[in-house]
Amino acid sequence: MYNANKVIPGIIIFILFFTAPIWLNFGRLEAIPQPELPKGEKKCVESKEYMRAYHMKLLDDWRKKAIRENQYIYINSKGEKYRISLQKTCLKCHNNREKFCDRCHNFVITHPDCWHCHFTKEEAKKWQ
Amino acid sequence: MIEKALRGSKKYWLWLAFLASIIFIGFLCYLKQWKVGLGITGMSRDVSWGFYIANFTFLVGVAAGAVMIVLPYYWHNYKEYGKITVLGEFLAVAAVLMCMLFIFVDLGQPMRALNVLRYPTPHSVFFFDACVLSGYLLLNILCGWTVLHSEYKGTKYPSWLKPFIYLAILWAPSIHIVTAFIYQGLPGRHFWLTAVMAPRFLASAFCAGPAFIIIAALLLKRVANFDPGKKAIEALSKTVAYAFIINVLLFFFELFTSFYSGIPSHKAPIKYLFVGLHGHAEWVPFMWAAAILAAVAIILLVIPATRKNEATLVLGCIAVFLACWIDKGIGLIVGGYTPTPFETITVYRPTLPEIGIALGVWALGFFVLSVLYKITIEVKKSKELVVKYNGILFKK
Amino acid sequence: MAIKRRDFLKLGGLTLVGTAASAAVENLLIKGEAKAEGYTSAPESLKGKRWALVIDVKKCKENQSTCGFKCIEACNVYHNIPNIPDPKKEIKWIWKDNFEHAFPEEGTNKYLVEKLEGIPFILLCNHCENPPCVRVCPTRATFKREDGIVMMDYHRCIGCRFCMAACPYGARSFNWYDPRKYLSKVNPLYPTRTKGVVEKCTLCYERLADGKVPACVEACPAKAIIFGDLNDPNSEVNKVLEERMAIRRKEELGTGPSVFYLID
Repeated sequence: MYNANKVIPGIIIFILFFTAPIWLNFGRLEAIPQPELPKGEKKCVESKEYMRAYHMKLLDDWRKKAIRENQYIYINSKGEKYRISLQKTCLKCHNNREKFCDRCHNFVITHPDCWHCHFTKEEAKKWQ
Repeated sequence: MIEKALRGSKKYWLWLAFLASIIFIGFLCYLKQWKVGLGITGMSRDVSWGFYIANFTFLVGVAAGAVMIVLPYYWHNYKEYGKITVLGEFLAVAAVLMCMLFIFVDLGQPMRALNVLRYPTPHSVFFFDACVLSGYLLLNILCGWTVLHSEYKGTKYPSWLKPFIYLAILWAPSIHIVTAFIYQGLPGRHFWLTAVMAPRFLASAFCAGPAFIIIAALLLKRVANFDPGKKAIEALSKTVAYAFIINVLLFFFELFTSFYSGIPSHKAPIKYLFVGLHGHAEWVPFMWAAAILAAVAIILLVIPATRKNEATLVLGCIAVFLACWIDKGIGLIVGGYTPTPFETITVYRPTLPEIGIALGVWALGFFVLSVLYKITIEVKKSKELVVKYNGILFKK
Repeated sequence: MAIKRRDFLKLGGLTLVGTAASAAVENLLIKGEAKAEGYTSAPESLKGKRWALVIDVKKCKENQSTCGFKCIEACNVYHNIPNIPDPKKEIKWIWKDNFEHAFPEEGTNKYLVEKLEGIPFILLCNHCENPPCVRVCPTRATFKREDGIVMMDYHRCIGCRFCMAACPYGARSFNWYDPRKYLSKVNPLYPTRTKGVVEKCTLCYERLADGKVPACVEACPAKAIIFGDLNDPNSEVNKVLEERMAIRRKEELGTGPSVFYLID
């Protein structure tokens, strides 16, 4: 191998750099996030497990159906009907961004841009 | 082959460092735009495209114009262009790259750029433009690089490349026709709604692209000891002259249609650009500068003595390049948006950060172009050495 | 074992393509997870084939001193339209202008101009039958619905502003900045927009779904804006248009506006 004295340290530095998050957070495993569910509400439009895994898919479908096909009512797997609207339906119960959305989303470091347009009354106070 | 770009003179590195510093400034301006939004530009509700799209439109022409060298070389077997053909292909690569960047910096939601491919929309000209531009980029990288690599190895390019070369030649006009269709198919934009838009785009492309190659080749002759060949430059300068004259003629046809018909809405944008309208004359000096440059260019390029003289030829080519840049860049965009659909005038002036971003994109294009040209010249020079080493046998 | 650089690059390329392909396949598989039993339209929603507005400009003229242009205000408040001081960067869904600006090709007819002097023309998206903005949009972020509304999908808009170049009515606005800085009060029932997307009048599609007429129609104290289905021969808009004289903006472009102006 040519230049082994440069190549091998180079590879090692490369690997260390790209695995840095593992080493930096080693042994600092934080508790699994506990989002605070809305008080007084017992159920969401679908089961907890389904919502946890697929809420983004559901919201995406909702948007397409409502905006593109004028289908404003969602009939869930139990046959119950809900008005499709993030502002009027979802955020009515899920009105606390920090305690509900952000707890998981910060933990998994995904930052969707929902809140750039959608908001709750509480949120609106921050930028008003 | 890429290692040729990694070894160079001090001047070469200084030039690249200079370009990199401009790219850096452009990048800083872009960060600001990213954070604040396109509000940092001079664009407005009424003039919603500006300097970015102007440069994009012009550079599509530069990219397409390179075909004026590629076509005679491969199609008509015009051997004199052998040395500059790869320059043409690599110019197309750098120009298309700049086009794509100009579109990118113009987007309000750049992170969603790939939506164009996720939701293919055949009735949108933009969708076709994205397709033809990326196709043209790939074709030129493929053809330019493969041909040069064969030369590097001392062989003829592989035969499988031939269909791609012909495809690239046919593809070149398509990128500019499609770009013209972005404008000429819109109702209510009187300045753009003209069937000669596409021919005009082609004519200006076929002069601006080759003009740039002449300037670059003669510059390389001076700074890098690269000989493009006297005959090649002479032939190419004729192409520039003819194409530019056709471009100017087409402009006069536009003037005739607008002013002989006397339709106010068709006259208004031209009046605004050249003499001012309703007390607004922001772009008049630029348009007249373009007109004077065009006149100078025609004089220098038509008279055989000045066309054959390298100094005056370069001047003529610079005049062509700048005249086309003003006319098909900012003149086209501002003219399309002025007057507004309400027959009022909203003034557009690019802001400093906007110009900074545009300069950054240009610098990035020149950076890529410099590296590609450096590789090309090194390969060509190394071939010359081999020829000389083997002695009489291969010497021309 | 020695790997050539070329082979290494080829392998790298193949790996990339493979990763992309597997991601695409995975994406397709997850799509099958939708759990819904179905979707339906709201029973109370207003249904039409081609929604239209008829604006009685005489009424606008008579009432302009007292009405306070409630149509514009109601729209701005309902849709969280920011109040941007710089007119070059402003956002407008519905606004007023004079006759020469609204109908520039008639502006040289001085007798007509004199007759229509002082009339405020309420301008908004025309929800064209043949909308140029929809034709040019590269992502179908703006599209025409079955009820004739030219809609915006802000989630899909890339902000290329081709639609703004295509619209002959200047009906579209772009968010040059984050609009939230320019909102003094908000309507929590309706989202704001984000910077970098194009927006315009959506004919209050979500109010129609709730069985309500557009906000501007409801707000006008003089009932100068009539809303209805152009395809329904018995609708109020059709009756008014049969009886009285109405014009549309830039008729000659073939866009087929759905907003009519009664001028007699």
